[in-house]
Amino acid sequence: MKKLMLGNEAVARGAYEAGVRVVSSYPGTPSTEITEFSAAYKEINCEWAPNEKVAVETAFGAAMCGVRAMSCMKHVGLNVAADPLYTAAYTGVNGGLVLCVADDPFMHSSQNEQDTRFIARAAHVPVIEPADSQECKDFIRRAFEISERYDTPVILRLTTRLAHQRSPVETAERQEQPVKPYEKNIMKNVMMPGMARKRHVYVESREAQMEKDAAALGLNRLEMRGRALGVVCAGVVYQYVREALPEASVLKLGLSYPMDKAAIRDFAAQVDRLIVIEELEGIMEQEIAAMGIAVEGKKYTGRQGELSVQRIREAFGGEKAPEEPALPARPPVLCPGCPHRATFHVLKKLKLHVFGDIGCYTLCALPPIDSLESALCMGASIGMAVGAEKARGRDFARQSVAVLGDSTFVHSGITGLVNAVYDRSNITVVILDNRITGMTGHQQNPATGFDIYNQPAPQLNLEGLCESIGAHVVIENPMDMDALEKVIKEELNRDGVSVIIARYPCALLDKRRPIPARVTGCRNCGACMGLGCPAIERDAGGVHINAALCNGCGLCVSQCHFGAISCGGDRT
Amino acid sequence: MKKDIIIVGVGGQGILLTSKILGYLSLRMGDDVKVSEVHGMSQRGGSVITHVRIGQDVASPLITPGEADLVIAFEWLEALRAEFYLKKEGAMIANTRRMLPMPVIMGKAAYPEQEITGRPLFALDAQRIAEECGSVRAVNIVLLGVMSTLTEWPRDAYEAAIAANVKPATLDVNLAAFKAGCQAGDSLRG
Repeated sequence: MKKLMLGNEAVARGAYEAGVRVVSSYPGTPSTEITEFSAAYKEINCEWAPNEKVAVETAFGAAMCGVRAMSCMKHVGLNVAADPLYTAAYTGVNGGLVLCVADDPFMHSSQNEQDTRFIARAAHVPVIEPADSQECKDFIRRAFEISERYDTPVILRLTTRLAHQRSPVETAERQEQPVKPYEKNIMKNVMMPGMARKRHVYVESREAQMEKDAAALGLNRLEMRGRALGVVCAGVVYQYVREALPEASVLKLGLSYPMDKAAIRDFAAQVDRLIVIEELEGIMEQEIAAMGIAVEGKKYTGRQGELSVQRIREAFGGEKAPEEPALPARPPVLCPGCPHRATFHVLKKLKLHVFGDIGCYTLCALPPIDSLESALCMGASIGMAVGAEKARGRDFARQSVAVLGDSTFVHSGITGLVNAVYDRSNITVVILDNRITGMTGHQQNPATGFDIYNQPAPQLNLEGLCESIGAHVVIENPMDMDALEKVIKEELNRDGVSVIIARYPCALLDKRRPIPARVTGCRNCGACMGLGCPAIERDAGGVHINAALCNGCGLCVSQCHFGAISCGGDRT
Repeated sequence: MKKDIIIVGVGGQGILLTSKILGYLSLRMGDDVKVSEVHGMSQRGGSVITHVRIGQDVASPLITPGEADLVIAFEWLEALRAEFYLKKEGAMIANTRRMLPMPVIMGKAAYPEQEITGRPLFALDAQRIAEECGSVRAVNIVLLGVMSTLTEWPRDAYEAAIAANVKPATLDVNLAAFKAGCQAGDSLRG
């Protein structure tokens, strides 16, 4: 009986069936559910690592010591994990090691549109690309076999439309893998120059061998139809090509790197016109062109966004599909009761420059809050504040704060804070400690005191850590906006590095039934509208609370100059 | 059954659960199916869309604009926004309730006063029906009930799919909402 599975769920299932024993990851849309589903299998030891670098190092350690191990991340997570990956390609593995990396064309929930296939080529590790949930399950097993056979880490590349598609999957039983022996092997596992020079030779020969073996690995598929047009594609794009160009012959690459050059030459010889259709960069097209074969691709499909059936149809002369009408947008907003709303209301009131990073609070760049001024990558805000003071001086630093979340602080803010203190900076950092990794859907982290199984775990003491680094630390409840304002003003004027831990749990963690706020005698001044709360609506008659949305947090009560809003029940 | 269905609404309205139930049901009824979702940022009160493609051999997980058989909209503005996905004779099931997006709340844009005309339209106040069944959160299942009146799949198969996918504590409310949705669908069809 087939089961409907999310692509990510199918990857986890495939890993389970392949006998995987260790999964270490950091959450990131659209990859997060792979690790969450893996944690449901008791045979797999799963963890949320503090960042992707640690996750890959942990998975590498497990593989080096003889078991199959996996690490899952979004595309930008692979940047953080690039350091161990590039050298793990030299050492090789022992037990299989697979990195599941999910790209996000169109940036549904990402800050850039980078293409993981570039990093894979730079690191000289193979790339396997499934095209539906069934292949997600089947190909991850093959990825482990290839990893062990060729002694290399393997990247299973997903994209949003694979990771977050549900389609039928035939499951199988788990095949337990024996723990391989661990042998001390300094020449293989210690990458000093003398050893690495030898291993680099191996990396090249391994890649050449894989290219020769590509056909026998059986991950690629040739579908000959007409001669007129031949399309090379991989991943979910294959599905779009099937529908958009039903007459075309197709070479579907499951192993998209190293490419099976012999198969491509044969295919090119069998068709009149060769096209590569690939999302994001024109990587396969360039490689085929470099083989001296006449090929086109990006001039039709472009580099940006997602491909689709209609985009491919239109690129090849098909009729244009109807376009979305111009209607008021509905951008995502902070949830009712979100503590970030309180913190950012104060930051906006104080007219501060807010350097940010990645989290739900990045939404505070949008109106009406619109006070977050920069967002680059996880943990970057502290470094930016240090740089800002260097560029513009102490007075500017007094008008600036760096904000980041509890999870992103642990991910990559700690080293920034060490530098800020060491550098004798005068900056103010606000850790938005909502007790969870929020935006990716509530994953535990070292500061929450729970592990991936929601079992109690040793809790990182954020305030103790920051103090030991040498920062002045204050803890404040952001829902008390007056108190938070006072603390921020004090800390902005303090010399040295200050850390304000704005601590209040994510509104979605509180499962109690809220008591909605009530409005009586509204004068329609609009003061409460500045909160940007989706539960507050306004018309000519005044403001109204949408009881279905209101979380009863009471922030609006404190904004009303006329005492027109009341809130029953004390939830703080 | 061959049907391309777009489900739209506002993050938090239970759209992903609805598409999951439909996918589960399609498989049980012997069809191939692909469901495409987007998680993450879009769940924070933003517009949410899922594509459900049911048929003999489904390739693309996405529905091409102008080719959908059915749009199920949990909110009126989102119904208007998604109408371009429908083919000429495609049907719309829409909750008439309005949820104001932030640009409207802030007075930067007006909530559109457009109607939907020239196609089969099943417009109803699904929120009122859901509340009468015991939970405002059951809007999604009310609309699923309406949809069931447009397909040949038996109602007990829908009920089994709901039971297999909702939390046991909410099952009674959801089954009541489904029944009420079926009744509303029957009366809208006349």
